[in-house]
Amino acid sequence: MELIGDKNFRDVVVDAVGEEIFTCYQCYKCSAGCPVSFAMDMLPHQVIRSVLFNQKERVLSSRTIWVCAACETCTTRCPNEIEIAKVMDVLRQIQQESGKQAKEPKVPIFHKAFLDSIKKTGRVHELTMIRNYTQKSGELREKLKTGEWKNDVRLGMKMFLRGKLKVMPPKCGGVKEVKKIFEQAKEHKKA
Amino acid sequence: MKVSFFPGCSLEGTAREYGESIEAVCKSLDIELQELSDWSCCGASSAHSTNEFLSVALPARNLSIAERKGQDLVTPCAACFSRFKAAEKALTCESKVDVGIPFQGKINILHMLEFLCREEFSEDIEKKIKRPLKNLKAVSYYGCLLVRPPRVTDTEHWEDPQALDILISRLGGESVFWPYKTECCGGSLVLTRVDIIHRLNGRLLDMAREAEADCIVTACPLCQANLDTRQEEIGDKEGVSYDIPIFYFTELMGLAFGNKGVRKWLGRHLVDPRPLLESKGLI
Repeated sequence: MELIGDKNFRDVVVDAVGEEIFTCYQCYKCSAGCPVSFAMDMLPHQVIRSVLFNQKERVLSSRTIWVCAACETCTTRCPNEIEIAKVMDVLRQIQQESGKQAKEPKVPIFHKAFLDSIKKTGRVHELTMIRNYTQKSGELREKLKTGEWKNDVRLGMKMFLRGKLKVMPPKCGGVKEVKKIFEQAKEHKKA
Repeated sequence: MKVSFFPGCSLEGTAREYGESIEAVCKSLDIELQELSDWSCCGASSAHSTNEFLSVALPARNLSIAERKGQDLVTPCAACFSRFKAAEKALTCESKVDVGIPFQGKINILHMLEFLCREEFSEDIEKKIKRPLKNLKAVSYYGCLLVRPPRVTDTEHWEDPQALDILISRLGGESVFWPYKTECCGGSLVLTRVDIIHRLNGRLLDMAREAEADCIVTACPLCQANLDTRQEEIGDKEGVSYDIPIFYFTELMGLAFGNKGVRKWLGRHLVDPRPLLESKGLI
């Protein structure tokens, strides 16, 4: 049995997205319209079927949940009103809470860098976020090795010279409240 | 006319010219944008990919401030708009979520495009046009989150939206048909899967070219940044050269209104739109 805490994996997903998921008749409309299906290892309609079969490990270890761009095309076009993009959200949430390495490890590292920036200053400071992401994802090391860093520096310089990079972190009077929200969020995990 | 304004994080950085053009255009139309006090980030894709509570509570904090102020809330970013609308629905629907932040749903949440395209401004917009965008052929790019999913955004025409097309025509330009109005630019994969970003944006640029458009018009900081900053890389990869200016719709409004500062905004783009506009006699 695939459990999350003491709950069945499928039930956790159904609780979050609604019972419409049971009506999936595999029409492939979500997969046909998905703009990033070329980069997926499971198509969206297969993810839905897998969830219904309670195949927790299979979906959580997929590349699909991370390359999904959250564009909502699948949800919008689903004839049975299944919130497919939300299913992807829930799967990403459960995977991140599992503490295991994701199939696309850089994506959750990006999300963490993004959220850390909000937690720290109330708003995202693009430069700080990018610095944290490139360090923690190992991208900085990779790019130093391959010489690709030169392209990034070139792009960064162009943006800087055009006034598109805010150097100083933002000032937001609501930081304390935002920190509190992050504290409360810890208590609202799926598991 | 006064409204609460939520700029969003990118307007302080990569989308600076969007903010500058919004300010100028709204001033021309006698709209007072009152920046929401102590606003904080909406959480964007990272919050809803990580934690359900965060994805509602982060936008809810801003919605609550706006509701206390009692004015409609306008935001120029499609991602912020989408997160606010999703939180609005979560906080006010039958099985509502409680995040300990009060919000009754008494104010309207609007994207800047929707707001400026309200009927009440149409006469003023016509009156302000000093330099119609004659001969400028543009494709309208709405992207994802401005329109999808419609039960969140309350959009009527999600597969073939019209607001930008109507606006371009109203400003004297030519709105050119293309089938990629609401295709995805890859948004949040911008740093993590650059290969996907290249492929999605390459397709958009190719289609704009096939439609024989001079430029692409956007209403989202993420779409504009992806399309504008990656053209050289995509071109190098595919062995072609792209040079398609990507405008914010408010820049085109400011251009038609003859607002001061237009050249400064356009100078911030990586693909410089000024040669195109000079060739059309528009600046």
